[in-house]
Amino acid sequence: MAGDLSLTKIVNQKGISVTEATKRIADLGWAPSYFEEILKYPTDYKVEKAPKDPMKQVLRSYFPMQEEKDNRVYGALDAALRGDMFRNVEPRWIEWQKLFLAIIPFPEISAARSMAIQAQIAPGEDLRTGFTMQMIDEFRHSTIQMNLKKWYMENYVDPAGFDITEAAFGKCYATTIGRQFGEGFITGDAVTSTNIYLQVVAETAFTNTLFVAMPSEAARNGDYALPTIFLSVQSDESRHIGNGHSFLMSIVKEPENLDLLERDLRYAFWQNHAIVDAAIGTIIEYGTKDRDKNKESYAELWHRWVFDDYYRTYLLPLEKYGVKVHHEDVEAAWDRIVKSNYVHKVAQFFSFGWPVAFWRIDGMVDEDFEWFESKYPGWYNEFGTYWENYGKASLPNQPPLMYLDSGYVYPHRCWSCNVPALIREEFCVDEVDGELYTYCSELCRWTHKVAFAPEYNGRPTPAMGRFSGRRQWEECYHGWDLADVVKDLGFVRSDGHTVIQQPHLHMDSSKMWTLDHFKGLEVRSPLLDLRAMSQADREKHIAQYQAGFTCKPL
Amino acid sequence: MTQKAYSGAAGSSTFAGSDSRKYNYFEPAGRRATLYEDVTVDVQPDPSRHLLQGWIMAFADGQPTYGEYMTVIKCADWHVFRAPDQEWSRTHYQRQSHIENTIKMVVDNARSDGAPGRFAKPWVNVLQDHFGALKHAEFGLGVALMKAQRDGLTQMVNNTILTNASYKLRLSQDITLYLGDIGLDITIDGDAGKKAWMEDSHWQATRKAIEAILAASDHMEIYFAVNVVFEALVGEVFRSGFIMRAGPSFNDFVTPAVVSAASDDYRRNLANTLTLLAMVNGDAASGAANKKIMTGWLAKYLPLCLDATAQLKPVWMTTGARGADFGSALADAKTKFSEILAEIDVSLPTGTAL
Repeated sequence: MAGDLSLTKIVNQKGISVTEATKRIADLGWAPSYFEEILKYPTDYKVEKAPKDPMKQVLRSYFPMQEEKDNRVYGALDAALRGDMFRNVEPRWIEWQKLFLAIIPFPEISAARSMAIQAQIAPGEDLRTGFTMQMIDEFRHSTIQMNLKKWYMENYVDPAGFDITEAAFGKCYATTIGRQFGEGFITGDAVTSTNIYLQVVAETAFTNTLFVAMPSEAARNGDYALPTIFLSVQSDESRHIGNGHSFLMSIVKEPENLDLLERDLRYAFWQNHAIVDAAIGTIIEYGTKDRDKNKESYAELWHRWVFDDYYRTYLLPLEKYGVKVHHEDVEAAWDRIVKSNYVHKVAQFFSFGWPVAFWRIDGMVDEDFEWFESKYPGWYNEFGTYWENYGKASLPNQPPLMYLDSGYVYPHRCWSCNVPALIREEFCVDEVDGELYTYCSELCRWTHKVAFAPEYNGRPTPAMGRFSGRRQWEECYHGWDLADVVKDLGFVRSDGHTVIQQPHLHMDSSKMWTLDHFKGLEVRSPLLDLRAMSQADREKHIAQYQAGFTCKPL
Repeated sequence: MTQKAYSGAAGSSTFAGSDSRKYNYFEPAGRRATLYEDVTVDVQPDPSRHLLQGWIMAFADGQPTYGEYMTVIKCADWHVFRAPDQEWSRTHYQRQSHIENTIKMVVDNARSDGAPGRFAKPWVNVLQDHFGALKHAEFGLGVALMKAQRDGLTQMVNNTILTNASYKLRLSQDITLYLGDIGLDITIDGDAGKKAWMEDSHWQATRKAIEAILAASDHMEIYFAVNVVFEALVGEVFRSGFIMRAGPSFNDFVTPAVVSAASDDYRRNLANTLTLLAMVNGDAASGAANKKIMTGWLAKYLPLCLDATAQLKPVWMTTGARGADFGSALADAKTKFSEILAEIDVSLPTGTAL
């Protein structure tokens, strides 16, 4: 009060306490009595208990904090240019960012939309500020990533691919997995999509590989911008993980939720593994020029972030609430990475499919071979010939590798995760609603046939989503000429002739592939071909596919 | 140190496409794309533009992740819309942070100067009960908009609704924390605003209008109801027409400053809303039908909002504030409301008078 002036009062004027502030803010909501709100996005879960706010942060402190984080990020971008970052950056690395940064903004903004759904189903308003901050955070992430990509486009030697980024995202053979990821956050059962698929699994288990492991690799390749942005993004994720855990705790004690939690944890963990490990594993392992044998491999990173941090300290403790945790799924994912070479097979597929990519895919050379062999013993025996072939076929002196007799068989696509069935012995098929589908693994088959169905364990699940649309990219161009496909995709440079994608890093028009090199080559859909086969031929084909292939030297 | 044989820097080599340094998959609204457009347009894909395979997930009834079924409003090309405020995350944080810091500075300074202690007693009651009730109305609008930002058919539409939600939720918290802060200096019952919101006859029609908006499931209807109807006829009338005009006569320069940001928020959000609505109402094929739908929305929300304002009228009267006249505030609001309808070419429902 005036008249009570003291130095202490001037410097220490107290405001309302954080505890009292969050308590009052949580009391802003009320139970409507004039009109009843219809739950637009329903759930089959029983959601009756209000989740608690673990963070106790209010918007008054949130906005200045985020502004400061932004200031640091944009200051760092300016500093990187002044430091001539692009003179020393590795093009192999930046090229893969054309793919990654095309994919990631849509899942990010879908996570913002997801908060509309989750906030509506969560009883009470205690966590409303948490959901609000996550909504705005995700808005930040999508736009900050779009801006990073623009910055690369403006300053990196080859902007082609960045210039068509969101169009490419909607069309490319490799980006479907990102759309599956993003749509999964906002479609179907409200709890399954927003809480389990997004927060409990994608954000809690896999953002560390996305936003911590990948920035480390970026820095090793002379890219100081991506770490600045993605570590800033990751600093928001702890709030989202808190939201997810709080919501999970509010539903986990309802006995009738346990079987749905079991279903959704299986589906979400497996699909996140299939999608995130495919993309991020490949970018970290095959997008780098740094072959320091003392650094961790993706498998080692996965063990630290997913196995130790997530599985052991987050997933396992759920058992005390009666949730059935499928330990064998985590083991299977680990085995796929270390024993079945999942990441390497994805990189092989991406590179094999380079004619329909929209970025350059650099080949592997002796230094890479040595590193892979030291980290993944036996790598050369399985992949050495393939990458040697890739190098030999990198200049346009013959058709692309995809059309040469190299032994590699273009894979079937998984109807569930949209990553191809690359671990051939795990390939399987099934019929759903009278139609034949292909899958990369038994769990992906289960996801489509059992988890995404109108009932589960004998109970109706009317809120569960469905897989739909033209999920198999190859179907869109079955029987087309490759040159026409690439023109239709728009993956052509500004001269209207040279293609954006190249299987090398030569910044020299004379060494670059053009549409002419693609003429007369047919694109086919393995699924449509499989469906067209007789039963006997189909069984024979499946057996041959499961037996795998052997690459032979060109 | 070995010098690398190549450089990854722009311009270090010249080849096909090496000068293609602009996003080229959308038409900018102006001669050159703005930063807002670059970071916003097409991030949410659309089968009508670049989404080759269409949406690959659906709800149990077969409806895809996004589709025209999400709103009764039709438009040949939703992607034409650009928000006049050009807001993306960085500018949003800058503006919100600026507002929060300004409010903090004003309130801290006022409190250190003992200003709340000089507020007239009847005014303190107004702040406690009625300004306290307003925070729930603002919260309700924020919640409705937060829900609506899921369903727009383009990234530009959804992000615009998202920032509107953020502004409303910030305002509801600003009022909450402001009353809490000055409540450390003067006696303010922290529960009185909620009680007034739930029980006081002055506020029940306002609560009814907010609950009607909350119950709507069409995002375009929510956006329309919030900015075209409620804010014009209730929100701004109470904030600008009462709190900001009456406060000074009760020695209160603080509360008007706290709430003044909301008027600027509304100015921006209204511009965004009118741009979007004018676009769909100008649609060659569906504009007439869209306008008819909006007239229908007016038939639903106009009586609710006019009733809300009418029930709040005694708050002006009992306070006896100089400079704040209910009649002139409402007249100003009605004039503005008519201008808003003219801007989007929407007629009042037959037989309805303001």
